[in-house]
Amino acid sequence: MTIKQISIFLENKSGRLNEVARVLAANSINMKAFCIAETTDFGLMRLIVEEVDKAVKVLRDAGFAVILTDVLSIHCPNQPGALSKILESLAKEQIFIEYMYAFAQSERADVVINPNDMEKCLKVIREKHPDIL
Amino acid sequence: MIWNKSKECMSRDEMSDLQGKRLHKLAELVYHNVPFYREKMQALDLTPEDIKSIEDIKKLPFTTKQDLRDNYPTGLQAANQSEIVRVHASSGTTGNPTIVGYTRRDLEIWQECSARAFTSYGVTRNDVFSVGYGYGLFTGGLGAHYGVEYVGATVIPTSTGNTDKHLRLLRDLKITGIACTPSYALYLAEAMERNGMTREDIHLKIGAFGAEPWTENMRDEIESRLGLQAYNLYGLSEIIGPGVSYECTCKNGSHISEDHFYPEIINPDTLEPQPYGTTGELVFTTLTKTGMPLLRYRTKDLTSLINEKCECGRTNVRMTRIIGRSDDMLIIRGINVFPSQVESVILEMPEFEPRYMLVVDRINSLDTLQVQVEVRRDYFSDELGTMLRLRKRLADKLKSVLSISADVRLMEPNSIPRSEGKSVRVIDKRQLK
Repeated sequence: MTIKQISIFLENKSGRLNEVARVLAANSINMKAFCIAETTDFGLMRLIVEEVDKAVKVLRDAGFAVILTDVLSIHCPNQPGALSKILESLAKEQIFIEYMYAFAQSERADVVINPNDMEKCLKVIREKHPDIL
Repeated sequence: MIWNKSKECMSRDEMSDLQGKRLHKLAELVYHNVPFYREKMQALDLTPEDIKSIEDIKKLPFTTKQDLRDNYPTGLQAANQSEIVRVHASSGTTGNPTIVGYTRRDLEIWQECSARAFTSYGVTRNDVFSVGYGYGLFTGGLGAHYGVEYVGATVIPTSTGNTDKHLRLLRDLKITGIACTPSYALYLAEAMERNGMTREDIHLKIGAFGAEPWTENMRDEIESRLGLQAYNLYGLSEIIGPGVSYECTCKNGSHISEDHFYPEIINPDTLEPQPYGTTGELVFTTLTKTGMPLLRYRTKDLTSLINEKCECGRTNVRMTRIIGRSDDMLIIRGINVFPSQVESVILEMPEFEPRYMLVVDRINSLDTLQVQVEVRRDYFSDELGTMLRLRKRLADKLKSVLSISADVRLMEPNSIPRSEGKSVRVIDKRQLK
């Protein structure tokens, strides 16, 4: 299913990431998953939380540059070859993945995907892998 | 509108004649009352009798900021202390402050020139005008204040510092005009937007901006965000304060009150006077001041002069926009770089806030230029590639304008320090090493 991902622009300076964590903690918002893409002078933190609207508000109030992006969240079996099958289906349909990140725990892995064509990507997964949505 | 037609629209011959007579009187005044100038003139074998026409100004010695510092506090004063009715001082960030004493006559001249400026922007007795320059030793606040008051408008001496109250007064008193630094005008626009106000909530029509160099792009930005007409107001405390020159509604150069302040452009290296139209260092001689008159004071401001009748009817010589200060100019890898060049590039790109910081450093004996700039909230992207392309686009534009490459740093909104007075836009770490 598609979910809202919070993206935060961060300057590369020490303590900035902790500032995000601190603001979320102070508002009792739990992070479910996140990843960071970085360059030499800035980074983008991509974040999945339960209370999206609240998180956006408190982060913006704290001065962060925050935007929301639709991403695809799937549950993939936590076993060798599971992800490869899904990616193969997407590649066959010329769907390009801008970025993705994953967290594996016991039986399954939660995978967050930002494809170049969300509609097409959803269609392929509904047809080929309906169980992972 | 013209405040003083007889002086602002004088024919060139009449003006030169008046300037020549005043220059002769000035030479007499400083020769007899200021030992510093008497010694300099004697060294050049000059007496006041050698100064008969305005062309003779070339014979007179220059005055520099260092001369003012060396004669701190009142060594260049021509009037007795009992004649001085006001003192202003410039910030002394790099040495002794510059102390300027004004006689009653000086204050009258200043008020007159300041009134000429506000009249040329279209300010009348029906306006309600906020003076948002600092009041105090700095000449901006009181200089604008007396000019606006002389015109007959209602003055609101808001000064600097309390932006929320300023916004409230703009709205509630239906203020129609404002004088402040251009960077403060942008700061106000930002604060207005932050408080959920729009330009429809305020009634500003006229803005008089000065005390720091600004660009045409900045003018467009201020005009569209505050909904007013923005005009340049130029002055410096050593000469008198705001009102030395001012734009008219043609927005094509600032008219100099040259019956009081005679302008010259010199080559800052050879000190040779330059013809009209040539860019160089602006030099002023105060023709009528009696408190602390100055001969050929080097302003360090780089500009050029236009000697053509303006469409507004004024004949006074105009100065073009200041492209920088000869001491603001950064020499990076041998190339002259002005912060104003960087500013104009940034203001052309809607993706960035009109704030920036230049950090110049020397790493492994090579000069480096870093340009820090804030990305506007609406232009952030979740994709690294888009952000990197934005950074590259700015870097490419800077390279084509500056002829050297700059390391562009994208910053979070509101991370570059705001200032309510003159903003600090350059950190040159090379001087600290």
